[in-house]
Amino acid sequence: MKNALVIARRELGSYFASPLFYVIATVFLGIQSFMSYNILSFFSYQSFQEAQIQQMGLTLNVNEMVIEPSLINMGVILLLMSPLITMRSFSEEMRQKTFPLLLASPVHLWEIVAGKFIACLGVLSVLVLASSYFVGFILAVGSPEIGPILTGYLGVLLMTGCYVAIGVFASSLTDNQLVAAVITFGFVFLMWIIGWAAQSAGETAGEILDYLSLVNHLQNFTQGMIDTSDLTYYLSFIAFFLFLTYRVLESRRWR
Amino acid sequence: MIEVENLTKSYGPRPAVDRLSFQVNSGEVVGFLGPNGAGKSTTMNILCCILPATSGTVKVHGFDVFENPLEVRKRIGYLPENPPLYPDMVVGDFLKFAARLRQVPSSKIKSSVDNVVEKCMLGDVKGRLIGRLSKGYQQRVGLAQAMVHDPAILVLDEPTIGLDPIQIIEIRKLIRDLGREHTILLSSHILPEVTQICQRVVIIHEGRIAAMDTLEGLTASLKKTQRLDLALRQGGDDVRSGLAELDCVISAAETSSGKFTLECHPGSHPQDEVARLVLDRGWGLDELRPVSLSLEDIFLQLTTEEKEVTA
Repeated sequence: MKNALVIARRELGSYFASPLFYVIATVFLGIQSFMSYNILSFFSYQSFQEAQIQQMGLTLNVNEMVIEPSLINMGVILLLMSPLITMRSFSEEMRQKTFPLLLASPVHLWEIVAGKFIACLGVLSVLVLASSYFVGFILAVGSPEIGPILTGYLGVLLMTGCYVAIGVFASSLTDNQLVAAVITFGFVFLMWIIGWAAQSAGETAGEILDYLSLVNHLQNFTQGMIDTSDLTYYLSFIAFFLFLTYRVLESRRWR
Repeated sequence: MIEVENLTKSYGPRPAVDRLSFQVNSGEVVGFLGPNGAGKSTTMNILCCILPATSGTVKVHGFDVFENPLEVRKRIGYLPENPPLYPDMVVGDFLKFAARLRQVPSSKIKSSVDNVVEKCMLGDVKGRLIGRLSKGYQQRVGLAQAMVHDPAILVLDEPTIGLDPIQIIEIRKLIRDLGREHTILLSSHILPEVTQICQRVVIIHEGRIAAMDTLEGLTASLKKTQRLDLALRQGGDDVRSGLAELDCVISAAETSSGKFTLECHPGSHPQDEVARLVLDRGWGLDELRPVSLSLEDIFLQLTTEEKEVTA
């Protein structure tokens, strides 16, 4: 595990030294702030309305109406950004021919995979954390419940972990970063919308498709619920793709 | 130190390395010589546990590369043909990373990095980005990362390729110095380079060992004799002794009836005299052919390549 952290540390250093990270961070925070601002201003508009017309009977809940949709939105933006972070993890090693350095060191292959995963997740976590200034702002002027916020962030991070696992896997397949990014985006996007097919599929198949969808499992988290089935889904998703990555890298050596 | 036995590696049906066997003893500097595509890099990759072998065994310090790759990797420092350097890293940080990766205890990281920086003369560039360094400095950084954990064995794949003449001289000197403390296996397709650095040479051609000896032994065996294969329609002892009596022939042996192998003095054009004798005596000349030792061919190839390089 120590070796994985050594590799992750180098990766993080290289991410934070690259302009790509700062471009991605700027775009991510810009879009995230824009979306959250719109949600918030709509909420304050509604609050005014309710203050004037008492009989509308709306229950205004800042958790449900501002933070929850913001987190779901963040999941969408991360879906667009994470392939750009993960695409280089193995592809660049192969293109720069630096992979032998890791392979010739006394390090297990799974430690290399874990190191790459931790590094990419770390970078995206920094982005997610940076965007949470928005929650701090709401905390300062309002009184949202803390619990659902924390579980919501946990959910977003777990989902990001799934993005990263797919991204690292795609990156192990090719030395072309663009190809890796496109594969990642396509696959993650498919896993997002796979639930759409549930309505027209049969009862059992529909249930399976619904369960497979990445975003369906996020809702419970954002509502303040940690369901073991969601947790299991995310963790096994991550483990499965990291295992595939390991296998791909191992088979590469035999070719 | 390194024991390679019947090592075979195939890419598809074609073997890149074919039943290779050799040993490297402790403290030796061994050159791995062969033209491009001879299987040098493949063998080195197998030694460093990067590629698995198709068959055969490789043991380093008694550890099998397939059974115990982690133990082997701890004891080997590897400089691949393309030095594995991250261009966006600073030299000092990169070497620290390499040391951590090789499990140098954290209390010793600083001293071992300082040590290789001094040995490889990298003091001036320690704080610079690797991507901005000249090829010669990059090669030295590559060498430094290979030895940062002070391995007993250094495996260097074409360490001087792509360098300018002055850099080549510097790197060769550095490797010679390192040879006093480490066992070194280095590959090259340049003969004079190997003669300058190594004590022993393994010549490899099309995946097989063409020759393996000390340099003195190799040159001696090459220059001593010239060999002729001779096929006659008549055989027997008196034919053999008749051939052996020729001035230019050192020894003659009959391998099967009518087939002779003659060892001759080099440079005397022995074919003429042998042919004249055979025709005079009416032994019936079927075939007369100088045996070009494949080793010689390789040497020739290697030396001409060096000429192209220096020209």
